[in-house]
Amino acid sequence: MLDQFISSLTDGLLLGFVYGVAAMGLTLIWGVMAVINLAHGPVIALGMFGTYLLFTHLGLNPYLALAPVAVFGLVMGLVIYGVAVHRVINAPHLSSLLATFAVNMILIGLGTAIFSTSPQNIDFPMGSLSIGFLTIPVTRLFATFGALVVTAGLYLFLYFTRPGKAIRAVANNRQAAELMGIPSSLVLALSFGLGTMVAAVAGGLISTFFPFTILSGGPYELKSFVICVLGGLGNPLGALLGGLILGGLEGLIPTFMPVSWVPVVEFGLFVLVLLIRPSGLLGAK
Amino acid sequence: MKRTLFFLGLIAIFGLLLGTVAQPTVAAAAEKTVLIGFTASQTGKLNVEAIRQINGLNLWIEQVNSTGGVKLPDGTVVKFAVKFYDDESKKERVQELYTKLISTDKADFLISPYSSGLADAAAVIAQQYNRIMITAGAASDSTYKKGFTLVYQAYTPASRYLTGAVDLLAKMDPKAKKVAIVHEKDKFSTDVVNALKAYAEKKGLQVPLFEGYDSGATDFAPFINKIPADVDAVMGGGHFADTSTFAKQLFEKGVKAKMVALLVAPPEPKFAELGEAAYGVIGASQWQPEAKYSQEGAKKAGIDWFGISVADFDKAYNAKFKEEPSYHSAGGYVAGLILEYAIKKAGSIDTAKVKTVLDDANLMTFYGVIKFANTPKDHGLQLGHEMVYTQWQKDQSGKLANQVVWPEEAATAKAILYFPRK
Repeated sequence: MLDQFISSLTDGLLLGFVYGVAAMGLTLIWGVMAVINLAHGPVIALGMFGTYLLFTHLGLNPYLALAPVAVFGLVMGLVIYGVAVHRVINAPHLSSLLATFAVNMILIGLGTAIFSTSPQNIDFPMGSLSIGFLTIPVTRLFATFGALVVTAGLYLFLYFTRPGKAIRAVANNRQAAELMGIPSSLVLALSFGLGTMVAAVAGGLISTFFPFTILSGGPYELKSFVICVLGGLGNPLGALLGGLILGGLEGLIPTFMPVSWVPVVEFGLFVLVLLIRPSGLLGAK
Repeated sequence: MKRTLFFLGLIAIFGLLLGTVAQPTVAAAAEKTVLIGFTASQTGKLNVEAIRQINGLNLWIEQVNSTGGVKLPDGTVVKFAVKFYDDESKKERVQELYTKLISTDKADFLISPYSSGLADAAAVIAQQYNRIMITAGAASDSTYKKGFTLVYQAYTPASRYLTGAVDLLAKMDPKAKKVAIVHEKDKFSTDVVNALKAYAEKKGLQVPLFEGYDSGATDFAPFINKIPADVDAVMGGGHFADTSTFAKQLFEKGVKAKMVALLVAPPEPKFAELGEAAYGVIGASQWQPEAKYSQEGAKKAGIDWFGISVADFDKAYNAKFKEEPSYHSAGGYVAGLILEYAIKKAGSIDTAKVKTVLDDANLMTFYGVIKFANTPKDHGLQLGHEMVYTQWQKDQSGKLANQVVWPEEAATAKAILYFPRK
């Protein structure tokens, strides 16, 4: 029983790191510009397809493919921001919600037309690592490492670079930042781009161990909302913590009860955090 | 003279026009186009299986029309056309679209959508509007126990779907004791595993794990961690997307079962994309290109033979779609073939007359034997057709190849153990 407990917790936590990165993109966009990005799911899915296409057509190692996928995610974010979000950034939340929902539907429609909804799979076996009773697929270890690199990179960018500091300044008080000469429109576009970049990279990491379709981003988008609330909206480190909690729960709950109880506990916790600590475990930023 | 010529010319032109108009009327009286309606999951989680099913059906339509259609005793030539919509793999779309197919598009006969859940939803509409529906890709038994009288099943029912894997396990390892069952919690898979569990226990096996996962699940680690280390076989799964993920993770987690037998995905050629994770996985298949159904076999069994041979189907499908047909493709083709047989034998497209033929049908096709239950408690349930079990093995060049391993009389290779892996 203890073996099973530890195995399930390990699997859950490893997955939790990737959940955390997926949620980081969402929480960054919310934290900086108070926009709920409903196109988050398809962006994750496009990250999966980007990695897949580079792997299958160019023979690129899927982990190396994450670099061009990140650039693609950044550019896509800038485009989405310019086309659909910029004009409604100061409008009521419903406008930006509907604008990103429209982008979500367009991306899914285009993705379905181009890729169909047949599951795709990156066949890049890396074997498994056996430590006593624990068997861990190496792809998950690499994904965890990737998640940690992305988190550290984002943290260093936000706290130790001028554009990062500008993003934090705009997130804190946009008007004051503008008065200090920070071009807020550019910073907002960059933040959106960074958010989608992180989401696309998360998709790329997930694609190395789960088969996927263009619709596969949906469940991660939903989990990202829960994670953002758990960790604190707008807080990237909180997103990682939230991801680990969610992953851990998903690993452990089925050990004790039927798997259908997972969403009950997850969303129960979601409501509980909203009631007791609405700003999340690490507080909003 | 000129005037006479002018009048003669006029009469000639009039005559020609009359002839042109009258000709199609005569032809129309002799030719009748029967519209077959269905929905297809072109998008959504069932699209791999559903697209193969549509391909099979389209091939049948093309062949039956190109060979002159079905000639009825009154001289009418019946040709077939299809009308279909994408149901997006969603049950709520199915009933709306089947109603539209019957009421607006005036479909004469129906083919079911792929999957038991969607077919069950469509069956209600077919019965309500008095249309015969042949179900393909709908193995769940329960649909045929609801009192429908116009719904006919082409597939072997779920209750007999994986039971052969238990027999194969007993043959491979008579000492096998434990089977873990992990399955999708949808209608079809639940029907299959309930019957499988009962059969396994009847055969003296223990089932230490019997658990379902939600449709669309991607992470199977929580279930795999629960599989006892001393289990002899892992069985279950659901549909293509989830089952292929499950197989991949069983391999990655190093499960040490002697047998892994899963639903739906392994017989699909696309399953080989899993690479090493596909090796040794057994699948339950409704049909394989290696099947040995033939005219001689039908004669021996004392039943009718109808339609194309196995080799011709395989060749025609390969030529048209540039891929190997799977059992889903064969299921789509045979659904049309069953209708063709019934219309031909009834000599009519009248629902009641076609139904009478279907109720009494007992025939062999390239796909196997077709015979439907004809009692009020399970009308339309497939009685004649049998499953075959396939396994991904390696050929001499080390390339993955799907082999039939059970039943023994249909086997193209001997079954190998999933673990230890060779």
